[in-house]
Amino acid sequence: MSEFRAEGGHGAVPTSGVPADGGGRAGSQPLWEVFVRSRRGLSHTHVGSLHAPDAHMALRNARDLYTRRQEGVSIWVVRASDVVASSPDEKDAFFDPAGDKPYRHPTFYEVPEGVKNL
Amino acid sequence: MVGGIVDADVATYCLRLGDDALVLSQRLAEWSARSPQLEEDVALMNVALDLLGQARNLLTLAGDREGQGRSEDDLAMLREETDFLNAQIVELENGDFGRTMARQLLVAAYSLPLWQALTSSTDADLAGIAGKAVKEVEYHLDHARSWVVRLGDGTEESHRRVQQGLDDVWPYTCELFETDGVLQRLVERGVAADPAAIEPRWRATVDDALAEATLTVPETSWRPTGGRRGRHTEALGYLLAEMQHLHRSHPGARW
Repeated sequence: MSEFRAEGGHGAVPTSGVPADGGGRAGSQPLWEVFVRSRRGLSHTHVGSLHAPDAHMALRNARDLYTRRQEGVSIWVVRASDVVASSPDEKDAFFDPAGDKPYRHPTFYEVPEGVKNL
Repeated sequence: MVGGIVDADVATYCLRLGDDALVLSQRLAEWSARSPQLEEDVALMNVALDLLGQARNLLTLAGDREGQGRSEDDLAMLREETDFLNAQIVELENGDFGRTMARQLLVAAYSLPLWQALTSSTDADLAGIAGKAVKEVEYHLDHARSWVVRLGDGTEESHRRVQQGLDDVWPYTCELFETDGVLQRLVERGVAADPAAIEPRWRATVDDALAEATLTVPETSWRPTGGRRGRHTEALGYLLAEMQHLHRSHPGARW
């Protein structure tokens, strides 16, 4: 095995970080979060995640896994490790203060007829 | 789609194209639950199902132009090995993933210019099938090309395997560009795509991909042939036995 290059020009086959117990090939590849825009005018929405060796493959895998029933017109893939998330420990400080401030909700406006995505 | 125009040449041409799609679809389906990873499993089955869809349309059209009342199921499930008119390259066994991808590249690089040409076929039904197939095959080519480049320009092991697969399959590409009386008549009528026009485009696509993949373009003096006349390698019989078994055991059964 020692003659193998560490990685090919296109990052083909990971040779590091592979579990010694052979615990699943997908585990050796980074996790990507997938966001799909279902149609123009709407935002990209998180639909799930997948494993892929690089961004090119992640995008293609996302196309095959998450848009095979015409779910979308655009896909984003983001390395899961690049997502900065709020911590469950901070939940109270982050979210509870908004609980008793109903004036922040636009509930006092009449939604004009025919408007669907407000 | 059913027009009731009996036309033996068009029927034969549709059988050839339909059998190519059907047999390759069946081969790819063998990867189901055996792919290197879950994501790739879904990708390969998407490709297989695209091909199955093309086969259904083409065999239905073939049955219509044949004018003997045979349905897509009759043609797919009740013909014998020597009645199949697919090119031999699609019936070859999958081998490893490298060989499967090498074949996918070679076939998709041929199918794309073929379907692009057929979108302007004088046969409106065939042109309609082509319009749908072009978009599907464009993705098949992108998928196969990505993998061949990745494997070829990957590790020594992946390079060796995909080169071996390419070498194994390469001679069978000759058959894709053969011509005969049926094809000549259809090309003159503007129904079929001229293989002579497709081959240079195929070669350019393949050369470009193999160069990026650091793979060597194989050479062959051996030109296997016969698929378009119903002569096949021993691999096809086993494939058909598996594919047709259920339908033949339970005639007329429906999903």
